[in-house]
Amino acid sequence: MLEFLADHSAIAALLKVFFLLMAFVMPLASLSTWAERRQSAMMQDRLGPNRAEITIPGLGWTLRLWGITHFVADALKMAFKEDLVPSKVDRVLYGIAPIMAIAPVLITFAIVPFGSDLCVGKMTEIITSLEGCRRTIPLQVVRLDIGMLFYFALASLAVYGTTLAGWSSYNKWSLLGGLRASSQMMSYEVTMGLSLMGAFLYYGTLEPNAMVLAQGDNPLNWGLFYQPLGFILFLTAAIAETKRAPFDLPEGEPELIGYFVEYSGMRFGIFFLAEFIETIFLAAIVTTVFLGGWHVPGLHEDGFSFLKLPHIAVVLLRSAVWGGKILFLCWLQLLIRWTLPRFRPDQLMRMGWKQLLPLSLLNIVLTAAWVLWRSAH
Amino acid sequence: MAASHAEKTHAAPAAPQGGGPRKGTVAVRVVGRPDSLEQRIYLPEVVKGLGVTAKHFFANLFSRKYTVTVEYPEQKVKYPPRNRGLHRLMHREDGEVRCVACMLCPTVCPAHCITIVPEETGNGNEKRPKVFEIDELRCVVCGLCVEACPCDAIRMDTGEHATAVDFRADAILGKLDLLKRGAASTAVQGGVGGDWRAKADKTRDETP
Repeated sequence: MLEFLADHSAIAALLKVFFLLMAFVMPLASLSTWAERRQSAMMQDRLGPNRAEITIPGLGWTLRLWGITHFVADALKMAFKEDLVPSKVDRVLYGIAPIMAIAPVLITFAIVPFGSDLCVGKMTEIITSLEGCRRTIPLQVVRLDIGMLFYFALASLAVYGTTLAGWSSYNKWSLLGGLRASSQMMSYEVTMGLSLMGAFLYYGTLEPNAMVLAQGDNPLNWGLFYQPLGFILFLTAAIAETKRAPFDLPEGEPELIGYFVEYSGMRFGIFFLAEFIETIFLAAIVTTVFLGGWHVPGLHEDGFSFLKLPHIAVVLLRSAVWGGKILFLCWLQLLIRWTLPRFRPDQLMRMGWKQLLPLSLLNIVLTAAWVLWRSAH
Repeated sequence: MAASHAEKTHAAPAAPQGGGPRKGTVAVRVVGRPDSLEQRIYLPEVVKGLGVTAKHFFANLFSRKYTVTVEYPEQKVKYPPRNRGLHRLMHREDGEVRCVACMLCPTVCPAHCITIVPEETGNGNEKRPKVFEIDELRCVVCGLCVEACPCDAIRMDTGEHATAVDFRADAILGKLDLLKRGAASTAVQGGVGGDWRAKADKTRDETP
């Protein structure tokens, strides 16, 4: 089975896409809609939605599970809601916009390494390195040398989703929301790219899995400690890219309601879901570049120094810890989203262009000088 | 901090007496922009804020320490004793309705929600309600009926809300519905006991 997959990489890639999206990203995004409401409630001393429950027919058992099934109820509501299209919208662009919003972020998951390489044929053995492996299956959908550039290219496409939605809706408020979204996303894309530049210089590569390998299993070597400024700048700019509070000006419920004001039912649901998928993707990128990716502290290729583990266990453990890091960063983003108040548009622009951008340039200069000094010695 | 704040407020110049435009009379406390470096960097303040919300999050997650939510259908807030809820009709010792169909409550009711049809009891002295209906949809919960009642027959101390019903007719409570919530009341006329005439204030009779 694994030999077959190692020989037919296209089929393996399809399986990996299916696993990553259907078994991890989509469930996590759906759960985020529930977790966001529950977590915000907990932070504000409320309880939040905890009423949705499953009744097992026949047995009369009722599973409440802290209301986790709320996301099923929400999805059902969205799916069965009337798909209302206002009469004066530009029908083509109006239909394309939600797809333009969700497709780029789904595609960019292709470059995220969600585990270390599988060594086919030595799954149950204890191996010290991947050197002797004849065939490996990378746990990454596609290993591109331009890796992070691919991400930037697609991330800038996501602007079209929001802008087109705002423009095609034939509504002044959604147009304003779309304009705000485009200005905000373009401004912060600059910082986002430049803040990662330091990390690229440090790792000497653009390929995400190579970055993870460069960080190693010692947490003190992770990017966070070598690029602290870059980490803060990237996190700020990338949260602005997800258009969530404190950067939720395009949405701005009290004043605009947002670029998706004219969308209903599942079309709105797609915008909503895209936002959460962006959150997860941001967590994945931060994990890859700054938090050691799939590396587990102290876990070498042959297990811990005190406990040798077979190859398959090492790989599974790494993937699990990778998931845990993602979950933690999603939690952190929800915490930020429900703690900080929204910026004013002028504050947003001033921070983007006059504070974050010079700081990210400074970060590049400092990192470049340090890399130069290190190579000279 | 608090002391200096108070000082500044009191140190404002006293209001000059006499006419003319009032100048400098309002105690103004000038609050500067956040100007310490820590505040201007913004990041330490953000981290502090995240600390506060994270503290609440974990405390509420594991022990509901600060949670104030009352999960309504299962838990209820106890109302104060004088809260006015759904009506009820009280019983006598023998289980009969205390109401004597004196018609004071439908007369005083500003919403005209009480309907009483009196009938003879058969002993020649008393009336009783044949029909006693309260339309809870019309009731404005003013409590005047309770104040008007001379017999302690109608009360609003059930602590229950007018509940949601499927049909309007279900919101009209009849005599039996009202008696179901009722309890025996041994109150007597005047409210002081069987010998109320003896204890009654004589001043009205004695004053010329």
